[in-house]
Order: sequence, then structure tokens, then C-alpha cells
Amino acid sequence: MTSTDVKGPESAGDPVANEVVGGAAGAAPVLAQEVISEEDRGRGKGPKLEDEGIAVKDGKPSAATRGERHRSFDVAEFSRPTSKNEEWRFTPLRVLSPLFEDLATEDREGDPAVDYQVSVPEGAPEVGTLAPGQSPRGEALVPEDITSAVASARTDQALHLRAPRNAELAEPFRLTAHGRDAERRSNAHIVLQTEESSTATFVLDHTGSTRMAENVEMVVGDNSQMTVISLQNWEDDALHIATHHSKVGRDARLKHIVVSLGGRAVRVNAIGEFSAPGGELEKLGLYFADEKQFLEHRIFVDHAAPNCTSNSAYKGALQGSGARSVWVGDVLIRREAEGTSTYELNRNLVLTEGARADSVPNLEIETGEIEGAGHAAATGRFDDEQLFYLRARGIPELEARRLVVRGFFAELIQQIDVPEIRQALSDSIEDELQRSMN
Amino acid sequence: MSVLEIHDLHATVETPEGTKEILKGVDLTIRSGETHAIMGPNGSGKSTLAYSIAGHPKYEITSGTVTLDGEDLLEMSVDERARAGLFLAMQYPVEVPGVTVSNFLRTAKTAVDGAAPALRTWVKDVRGAMDNLKMDQVFAERNVNEGFSGGEKKRHEILQMELLKPNIAILDETDSGLDVDALRIVSDGVNRAKESTDVGVMLITHYTRILNYIKPDFVHVFVNGQIAEQGGPELADRLEAEGYERYLAGAK
Ligand SMILES: Nc1ncnc2c1ncn2[C@@H]1O[C@H](COP(=O)(O)OP(=O)(O)OP(=O)(O)O)[C@@H](O)[C@H]1O
Ligand SMILES: [Mg+2]
Repeated sequence: MTSTDVKGPESAGDPVANEVVGGAAGAAPVLAQEVISEEDRGRGKGPKLEDEGIAVKDGKPSAATRGERHRSFDVAEFSRPTSKNEEWRFTPLRVLSPLFEDLATEDREGDPAVDYQVSVPEGAPEVGTLAPGQSPRGEALVPEDITSAVASARTDQALHLRAPRNAELAEPFRLTAHGRDAERRSNAHIVLQTEESSTATFVLDHTGSTRMAENVEMVVGDNSQMTVISLQNWEDDALHIATHHSKVGRDARLKHIVVSLGGRAVRVNAIGEFSAPGGELEKLGLYFADEKQFLEHRIFVDHAAPNCTSNSAYKGALQGSGARSVWVGDVLIRREAEGTSTYELNRNLVLTEGARADSVPNLEIETGEIEGAGHAAATGRFDDEQLFYLRARGIPELEARRLVVRGFFAELIQQIDVPEIRQALSDSIEDELQRSMN
Repeated sequence: MSVLEIHDLHATVETPEGTKEILKGVDLTIRSGETHAIMGPNGSGKSTLAYSIAGHPKYEITSGTVTLDGEDLLEMSVDERARAGLFLAMQYPVEVPGVTVSNFLRTAKTAVDGAAPALRTWVKDVRGAMDNLKMDQVFAERNVNEGFSGGEKKRHEILQMELLKPNIAILDETDSGLDVDALRIVSDGVNRAKESTDVGVMLITHYTRILNYIKPDFVHVFVNGQIAEQGGPELADRLEAEGYERYLAGAK
């Protein structure tokens, strides 16, 4: 990662941060950096590459490659992260320190740390459980940090939600994890599976409060279609570190959506691997960080098979002092991944002073035989001039802010296929805005 | 019948070098149906006057009054002023990513009128107004001012004026940078608005050219934060011939 991160992080918002976007009133929101434009994306004959943030390798594996990160089920093989670790350098380690402890879930008699509610659609089997090593558990996810290793080791029976072969499930699986105590630790491991040629949607909703170490493992069978929506709707004091790891089979399609609105500090590391040709991966993310809230999203798309397509788009809004977001987008196109097409995008909208967004796109390419690869990251401000313009047309301030923020997220929200979630999300965003206006 | 009254208006702006007074006592009254051309050299404070009346937070009013139909504008927020019937066509309209023109127009119309416009007539009105301004209908689905050319931005400002039907409109250099065709189109739009709504217009401009299309009732020469001279349309002709030299010498 370090060898390829030639561009460096892009930060905006906080006056003490290295500011890419001018903060002067009078400047319209600036697209800080448009690395590869939309037109460059996956079209044309050969690969089109920009120098910045993209490394074309000669095929020699190097330790810096994102794909080389150590993976193991053994907790002892991991040490606590420090700010010197590249992959933790943005994370408030002190705040999240309870999640680096090797602790069991703090269930009490008749009083679990987390309440799980699962509903299964018609045509699907009842919820199952999987012990460590029991297939398909472990087929996709092998922990690559201490929290994930603990979450795995401390979950004897992972929940297993499965769409059987050829099943087309119209209704989503729904799993709600409701934390009952902000001071209590919880560990979770959830396995989502679409067997060959099946279609299913899984909605994971996180509410209440706890300190959760969570693994979400997605086994996307050949020719199947999986949609996963993970909602972090925590209360203000929750801590959450999640690892989402998917393995996308031959000709399979995964749409992976992460929505983080709540929690004191949330970090979601979403890894997507292609194990066979013809796969398609779409990663969408939406976050809204408030005062003193930390939201980190990392994606890693591992193109380890030829002729696969990945598209990632994360958008975030920030408001209030100490609101902080981090997005790190790693895409690795391995030597064998000829015919790859990939694009990743991150956009941030800083609504008030004192908020800060970091954005680090990162593309490693080990073969020249690809369809196309691109990335873009930009952070803009919602500045006085925009607000003035709208208000000078009679639009009240709250409405003006709403217009802009809604517009910013609209495109993403439209891509969420579950209508009631779309609605709930729009409502949540309104709530967030309302909060900032009081 | 509306009247905008500006009396002894002083305004300052914060600069890195300290507080700077830009408006140094402006007196001006604009009534419905009247067109006042404000002409002056670069940096004389014309836009500052426009922004100060509209309530831009960058400018601090240090003394003086501005009323619209007797109501104290300076006490109102930016959006309240607009709802009271004031409109400002900006010299440099701002881009609003993610917000379509049609959504923007409808939201503004609803805010200004206090109720959503009847859908059928509204759609027709927007179409008609865009056609008149030779704006392609695709602009309705584009984001506000995003990627618009200079001329397109100015037409979009006038489109808003025609649809929002203000009592008093301030047009800040709406003519600058327009070619002759665009100037004619934009001027026609202003004249249509004048005819249909009897709007009072403050026409801020650098150049006399637009006065061939929009006939002013009064011309004010604006220099160094003040109105240095006022007269009828003939004053524009003299400015055309002599420039601002006279006034600048006097201001020093
Ligand atoms: N935000 C600001 N910071 C510093 N100086 C400012 C600011 N706004 C205006 N000024 C200064 O105030 C003076 C008047 O500016 P203003 O924009 O009102 O002039 P203008 O008459 O509209 O000029 P132009 O014809 O170029 O549009 C100028 O000297 C300008 O530099
Ligand atoms: Mg000006």
C-alpha cells in the first residue's frame, strides 16, 4: 500500500488538516481532485490510467501489496494496532481500544448484550448456525486484524442465512442486532450465502448500543445474485468494528451496501474477492458523521480472476465539530485478472466548520491487459455562497441545506433496491440535518 | 405598488488588511415600474450594494436603512427578504451540485409564494419561460449552474426572475460577457417581466450597451461607494462619451 499511495490522503474540512479545498467564503464547493474522469472509465480499447494513485507493477509481488496482508484465525498472531500501522493510521485507537481486547460477549442471565431478531423470507430454510471451520464458514473470511480474529474466535455459533440453489427470494432476509448496553462487549460472526443461481437480499440493521466486534461473511455462489445492506443505525455511544468479507463466484453478482449514520466510532472494512471469472461487484456506501462522530470505511476489491467488474461509490456528509470520516479504497488487479474493469469513487460534503474528511483511493495494477481502471475522490464544502444563493431565492436555510444534501445522496439512494430502506434512509438523512439546524 | 428605499447606507467588509468601508452613504429610491441604471467603474462598490440589500453575510451594514414597502429589510434574513419581494440576479451565479434546475425553481417558487404552484400551469410556465429565453429544455434536468456557460448562467438568472415575479429586482451586471444575441434575449426577458409584473429594476452595469435594450428611467453614477451623480437617460450618453474620469478625479 505504501508503495502505491503516491497521491497521499486527501483531507478537507478541518482548518488544521492539510487542506486541499479552499475554505474561503466565496468559493463554490470545489472538487478537490478529479483523478480520472467519468469518460475514462472502462471504455476505449486499452486501459487508461492516470499516474496518480495508480501503480502498474511488473508482476513481482511485494510486501506492500494490499493482498499480502497477513490473515489468520489465530488471535495470538495479531498485535494491537498502533497509529504507526498504515491501516490504522486514521483510526482513533483510544476510543476504539475496548475492541482490541480479547473478550467474550458479555451476555448475562436473561440479559444478552445484543438482541438478535432474524426474519427469513418464504422459500429459505430456517436460520442455521456454523461452528468455526464448519463450511461455508471460513470460505470467504479469514481475519486480517485482531478485532476480526477475536470476533471469529469468540463466536462459537455463527448465524447462517442461506438462499438455496436456484431459489429466487423476493423478500429480504432481515437481521436486527440491537445492542442493549453501551458498556458491554459483543462479538458476532454472520455468514450470508447465496447458493448457485439463487437470488437474495440481506438486510443487517444495527441499533441500540454496544461495543461490537463483527464479522460478516458473504459466500456468493456461482451465477447467484446477492444484495447486502448493512445499516449502522447505532445510538451515539456505540463502538463498532466490522469486517465484511465476500467471495464472489463465477458469473455471480454482489451488491454490497454500507450505510453508517450512528455510533460514536464505527469502522467497516469491506473486502471483496473474486474467486472465478465473470463476477460483478458493486460496493456502495453512504455515511453521515455528526459532532464528535468517527466513521471509517475501507474497501478492498481483490481482482484475482479474469473478466470481473467492480464498481465502488461511497458518499459521505459531515457536520459539527469533531465530525470525522475516513475512506480508503484499495483495488488490486492481480496479474491473472485480465479483462478487469474497475472504478471507485468517494465524495464527501463538509457541511460545517470543524469537520474533516480523509479520502485515499488506491489502485494497484499488476497486468496491463485490462478493460479499464479508474478512481476519483473529492471533498467539497457546503459553503456560504451556495446557501446564500438558494436563500436569496426565498428558500429557508434548512430547506436549502436539505436540497443540497439530498441532491448529493440522491443518486446513491436510488440504487438501493429495497424501497422501505430507501425511504427510511431519506428520513434518517432529514433527521441528521434537522439535528444540525437546532 | 412597491418601493425600495435606501437611505445613507454604509457597509464594510472584513479584509486581511482589516475592516474596509465600501459603501459610504448610499441614497436611492426605486418604485415599481421604474428602471434605475447604476453605472460605475470596477471596484466602486456596485456588487456590494446589491449584496448588502440582499443580505449577504459577508457585508456588515454599519449605518443607514433599507426598507421595502416600509418594512425594515435589514432586520430580515436573506430568505425573508426574497419572500418580501426582493430578487438579486447575481454577477457570478453559484453552482449547486446535485440540485436540478427544475427542483430548484419549484422549491423557490413554493417558498416565495408560500404554497406549491399548481403543477400543470407551473410546468407550462417554466417551459414557456425557457423557450422565451432560448434555453433548451434539457437545462431543467441539469444541476443548478453546473457547467453552464457565462451566458447560460445569466439567462438562468432571468428565468428565475420571470418565474418568481419579484416586486424589486437587482440585476448585477447581467449584461457582462454576453454577445449581442444573448444580450437581446436577456433584455427581452427583463422587459417582459417589467411589462407583466411592473417590477422595479436596479440595473447594475458597466456598459451603456444594455441601455439600448432596457430603457432606464434614471441613471446613477456610482463611484467610491456613493452615488456621484444622477440624471435621466441622457446621463448615460454622457458617460458613454466621457467615461468616469471626471468622477474619479473628484473622488480622490
Ligand atoms: N469579501 C471581500 N473581501 C475584500 N474586499 C472586498 C470584498 N468584497 C468586496 N471587496 C472590495 O470592495 C470593493 C468593491 O467591490 P464590488 O465587488 O462591490 O465592486 P463592483 O463595483 O461590483 O466592481 P465590478 O465592476 O468589478 O463588479 C473592491 O475594492 C473589492 O475588492
Ligand atoms: Mg460587481
